[in-house]
Amino acid sequence: MLDATNRSSLPCRPGVGYKPQHYSDIMADPGPVGWLEVHAENYMGDGGRPIAQLRHLAERFPISVHGVGLSIGGEGDLDADHLARLKHLVGWLNPASFSEHLAWSTHDAHFFNDLLPLPYNETTLTRVASHIDQVQETLGRQMLLENPSSYLAFVESTMSETDFLREIAKRTGCGLLLDVNNVFVSATNLKTSPQAYIDDFPVEAVGEIHLGGHDEDDDETGAPLLIDSHGKAVVDPVWALLDYTLAKSGPKPLLIEWDTDVPEWSVLAAETTRADSALALVTS
Amino acid sequence: MTVSQATFKDTILDPQAPVPAGLINPDGQTASKRFDVYRNNVAVSLLDALETAFPVVRKLVGDQFFRAMAGVYLRKHPPRSPLMMFYGEAMPQFLRRFEPAQSVPYLPDIASLELALRHAYHAADATPLDGQALAALDPDKLMSVKLRMAPAVQTITSEFPIHAIYRANTQNDAPKPVMQAEAVVITRPGFDPQIHPINAAGAACIAALQGGQPLGQAMALTDDTLDLGAVLGLLLGQGAVTEIY
Repeated sequence: MLDATNRSSLPCRPGVGYKPQHYSDIMADPGPVGWLEVHAENYMGDGGRPIAQLRHLAERFPISVHGVGLSIGGEGDLDADHLARLKHLVGWLNPASFSEHLAWSTHDAHFFNDLLPLPYNETTLTRVASHIDQVQETLGRQMLLENPSSYLAFVESTMSETDFLREIAKRTGCGLLLDVNNVFVSATNLKTSPQAYIDDFPVEAVGEIHLGGHDEDDDETGAPLLIDSHGKAVVDPVWALLDYTLAKSGPKPLLIEWDTDVPEWSVLAAETTRADSALALVTS
Repeated sequence: MTVSQATFKDTILDPQAPVPAGLINPDGQTASKRFDVYRNNVAVSLLDALETAFPVVRKLVGDQFFRAMAGVYLRKHPPRSPLMMFYGEAMPQFLRRFEPAQSVPYLPDIASLELALRHAYHAADATPLDGQALAALDPDKLMSVKLRMAPAVQTITSEFPIHAIYRANTQNDAPKPVMQAEAVVITRPGFDPQIHPINAAGAACIAALQGGQPLGQAMALTDDTLDLGAVLGLLLGQGAVTEIY
């Protein structure tokens, strides 16, 4: 269990997933953007432009480091080399927050570059909690754990995702990253209620909220199949779910994620303006 | 009905493998198209990474060939690290043995060149040596000094015109490549890697210096086609030398 120091501390303002093509636009006029999120793995080279840009950005904005490769839900041990690289990055950058996913991506030394699902039961709970303990002890700080997008379910699951996340936060002292788009995608795909998920979510542990776009498809039975692509604007039902969430949680750091088919800055800036309006509704 | 991550992984990489019975749709039936989302995500993200890493290889063989080739590569060589910026390190060896690519014999060396450019882009920053420091040395001592190279510096020698082929596929109005052996040295004076054509003796000399040989011995390893002044002028001008030791 981590003590209360070194907690995740992003401002309750809109943030944006940083893309190098937006560097000049962000530096010239960030609009309502109050912080930036970067993918940890993109800044694990030894030097060059990516590291130099990140140093400049960090002088001006609080930075959230978001890992996509630690495989916290993996059956095996965490990759010691990768954890050491993460410690190095977090050490020199001293970001406002570090977050990772409730998912796995590495097995038997092979990395699959995707966030793969795990069942929720006592075995996986113990394992994930132990991995998070190891990460927080190594980094000397609290981390946030993000809820995944689900496309299918495991027969062997014995608890709900919200119960699983609540118990993880309780056992490890980690915070939670609530991805509202993932909630909408999972609820649609698994035929559950996104509002019920939010009602059951331990919002007091939330240190950051994610918003992103998804693709729409159908499965072989004709049922809707939403795919978390981060390649489009946030849809209206997800904005509505955000309002529903913020009404319960109060203001939170709010990130717009757009990772594929990245648009020009003005499109992303418009999304952050809408996020700013959503925050204004719950900020007295 | 547990589904191990080993089974999950094998099923992702094999499009023909049946989906494990423990993975279900909301109606309780075994997932099929829903599982394909993961298969597709993995294949597409790795293909994207390879397309980003090897734009000139892709241009040389065409999109369709590249996609088919990458599909074989990513199943044979899944990433061994989460650093996707370095994914594809086995591509030159893979292409050497990949039967359908045998008609493009220079492809493996172009892949090596593209890997080297990526390595240079992410290499550690280095403070260049003041060019005057070498000129100020006692000429008697010059041959016994060692020169430390910046981490971005790499040489590639090929029996094919790799520089001309690279240039013809990345610049407008570049001359048509003439079939001949070529070598290059890659430097990174600021943040953007630069490719310089160099003769084989020059490349061998730089490689020997990187291996820790004193200048005199690095020269002795080459032949009279070495233009030492030109090699040192290029290295110093590009900020490629960081230390005399």
